[in-house]
Amino acid sequence: MPAFTSNEYLAILLSLKVATVATLVSLPFGFGVAYLMTYRQFRGKVVLDVAVNLPLTLPPVVIGYILLLLLGQNGFIGRYLLQPLGIRLIFTWKAAVIATAVVGFPLMVRSIRLGMESVDERLIQAARTLGAGWFDTIVTVIIPLSLRGIAAGSALMFARGLGEFGATIVVAGNIPGVTQTIPLAIYEYASSPDGDRMALALCLVSVFISVVVLLLHEYLNRRIARAD
Amino acid sequence: MELHVALQKNFGAFSLDVAFTVQGERIGVFGPSGSGKSTLVSLLAGLQQPDNGIIRLDGETLFDSHDATNIPPERRRIGIVFQRPYLFPHMNVKGNLLYGYKRSAPANRRIDFDSLVAVLQLDHLLSRGVHNLSGGEKQRVGIGRTLLSSPRLLLMDEPLSALDDTLKFQIIDYLMAAGEAFRIPYLFISHSLLEMRIMADRVLAVSAGRIEAQTTTEDLARSRMGMSPAGYINLLRLDHPRSVDGMSAYAWGGTELLISDAAGRPESLFELSSKEIILIKRHPGAISARNLLDCTVSGTFRSGDKVGVELACGDDRLVAEVVQEAACELGIEKGSRLFAAIKASAFRRLG
Repeated sequence: MPAFTSNEYLAILLSLKVATVATLVSLPFGFGVAYLMTYRQFRGKVVLDVAVNLPLTLPPVVIGYILLLLLGQNGFIGRYLLQPLGIRLIFTWKAAVIATAVVGFPLMVRSIRLGMESVDERLIQAARTLGAGWFDTIVTVIIPLSLRGIAAGSALMFARGLGEFGATIVVAGNIPGVTQTIPLAIYEYASSPDGDRMALALCLVSVFISVVVLLLHEYLNRRIARAD
Repeated sequence: MELHVALQKNFGAFSLDVAFTVQGERIGVFGPSGSGKSTLVSLLAGLQQPDNGIIRLDGETLFDSHDATNIPPERRRIGIVFQRPYLFPHMNVKGNLLYGYKRSAPANRRIDFDSLVAVLQLDHLLSRGVHNLSGGEKQRVGIGRTLLSSPRLLLMDEPLSALDDTLKFQIIDYLMAAGEAFRIPYLFISHSLLEMRIMADRVLAVSAGRIEAQTTTEDLARSRMGMSPAGYINLLRLDHPRSVDGMSAYAWGGTELLISDAAGRPESLFELSSKEIILIKRHPGAISARNLLDCTVSGTFRSGDKVGVELACGDDRLVAEVVQEAACELGIEKGSRLFAAIKASAFRRLG
């Protein structure tokens, strides 16, 4: 096993940071969209469904490029929202977070939706007739009963975030120590003449983190099942 | 309680179109499954909205399509007891019971937690998870949870139809005890005429999304006698039996009724079909039927091609049915004297 330099450690840390922040930031939005899709009838529901699921089928590079166009200096969001506020996203770790969040979002929404759909509608009706408003019902009935879906969605998104490559390299670049995550580092080593051992070592780290995430998810799942 | 409803709701193939005003504390909504009873429950509770119309409870408008009034379910104070208990699986019994209680305004709380727990006999279950309850216990917790939210109207949507017969009558006893203790007006929704007779006084008969009639449970039972294979069911609540030759003797109608049923409980509810009563003009001397009651006809009624004969025996009443020819031969009219022969085995204990 080759000795890692600070760049590799930074890449590992950055991967964990990007995946964690992307998951946490997406969670409320993912929950909100899943709630709308499960419980509300409104115009444009199909459009929202397609928009949310689009990243699942689009090549990540395309998503990265679209984000670049939107968030860049000449992009709609970049020029009218980010620049006036003095925020620069492109080629920073925050862009990697956004790319990861967008790519993993459909996975998260799908899992939470599955969790919500498994909640018996009569329980929600019972809560309402017992005096709970809709927000109260969400907090005291829907969230506790769809925790499994929420946990599964978060784990999936986190895991997907660790592996994000295509969208990230387009919007955040591959700057060692700044935006270089594990997959990007592996890519760089794999394409350099003596990088094989280093690439393989990072692959092992990747496998290790993934196994830990899966075990953690399984553990959480069992705890929730026991609490039920 | 006064409930005024006039509404329409269209589901394509099925439409609900009802208009009624009911007053009373024990109201039944009777009809076959698919007649729109459960939809009516959802609309009253605010879980669904009518296409148009009005719902008014004790003078307060809960829904009015003309001025877009629509009070949300959590502020209607209309409680539902569902067919199945639908307890919150992530809370224990106490958590379930207190869910509505905590959310009710203190000024509206009419039922004290401890007295409810005592009436429904839930004290030994409070810390249990809801998965470790029997079917009857779950339904009791469900009923308790709804009562504790202090509703001003209770909607019981087929609360007994998922239970077996034994359990059904246990729950009926609890419902009656709770009804007596807490006096919450209710709408009892059921397709069972027997349940209706026990639980309600006035009844709305629903059929294919329309109100067919507003009547009393007694009149409903009489009008259905002629077409029902079971006839009219006499309900007798009898108590303090005396054991006689392996049978039970209950004081009734100034005499005693012999019933082939081992005396057990101090109080029992029995059913007796109008078809099981044989009417005789003169005393037969000896007869195998163990009950021969000396009765006076207090009234007759027509139902289908049958004649219902209301018999007065002391202060108690029984309804027997005969075909038209028999009625003529016996010369049945109000005030005539008849003997009613009933086998001891004709009585069936409920529950």
